Amino acid sequence: MIGWSDASIWTIIIVLGIGTFLIRYSFLGLLGGRDLPEWVLRHLRYTVVAILPALVLPMILAPSAATGSPEPARIAAAAVALVVGYLTRHGIATVLAGVATFGALQWLL
Amino acid sequence: MPSTTTKNTFVAGIRTALPFAIVVTPFAMAFGAVAAEAGLNIAQVMGFTVLVIAGAAQFTALHLMLDQAPTIIVLLSALAVNLRMAMYAATLAPHIGAAPLWQRLMVAYGNFDATFAMSMANYEAEPDQSPPEKALFFLGTCAFLCPIWFVASYLGAILGAVIPAEIGLDFAVPILFISFVAPALRTFAHVAAAAASIILSLSFAWVPYNLWILVAGIGGMMVGAEVERRRAKP
Repeated sequence: MIGWSDASIWTIIIVLGIGTFLIRYSFLGLLGGRDLPEWVLRHLRYTVVAILPALVLPMILAPSAATGSPEPARIAAAAVALVVGYLTRHGIATVLAGVATFGALQWLL
Repeated sequence: MPSTTTKNTFVAGIRTALPFAIVVTPFAMAFGAVAAEAGLNIAQVMGFTVLVIAGAAQFTALHLMLDQAPTIIVLLSALAVNLRMAMYAATLAPHIGAAPLWQRLMVAYGNFDATFAMSMANYEAEPDQSPPEKALFFLGTCAFLCPIWFVASYLGAILGAVIPAEIGLDFAVPILFISFVAPALRTFAHVAAAAASIILSLSFAWVPYNLWILVAGIGGMMVGAEVERRRAKP
């Protein structure tokens, strides 16, 4: 890779690997089987629904790899997936609804 | 027979993960192809894939390296993307913190968005499982998805960009995440947490090194917890 020696690339890979593992192990190792206070548990009930939307939004609004600009098809497909997932409570149905909407709109537009 | 039940949670984890190969495969192939095209050799591509095993952080590191950013910035930005996984570890602790150390170490290795979200949905649907049973369900999802991650990344690296960008496969990941979030919006508190996360991620998009993810995530968790507390009051 231009501008990077093999040694510096491997340094990045190994430091990222160790750092990421320590982040992932952190509380799982430190807390063990200890009982957590109710107010902590109350916060932890919302991890999935609080963190993933923050990751999703930039991906939907970001320019697509193909066109280099935000696409209405992506926003519409995400909205359809959200509604279908909320109503059906079914993960695979959600993916299929989102992909079908995206495919159909790309074909139409 | 406890051994039978334990085995079943591992198989149940594999079965739950099966359909998501459709999303993981193109994502991993895309990393392999982009990394190889950027000039990493196969060993380095696989080093990222196997040792870091976190797609978003891998892409972040790769893009910053292509921009010739200083090493320390590459490391800090990629690790900041992964800080959310500390919240995943804390969330898993009440469920599998009491599981054997070897299980917790393996869960930590395979703790990424998809395996975490699938396992949490399982724990909420079947809360009476023992810690080892819950850990084995998690490891079942990993046992299926991790090899796919490795092989698809390798194929992407040697085959190059066989999947044209126009197909829009980069849209698979947000749809996958929506499929984890939408069915989990069970109460008003869950909806409030997700809405707060979206508003905060837009408001704090300027925070450097991807730390806005953590601001939005923790802020969303606080809103969810507070709404729950207020609604629980008599």
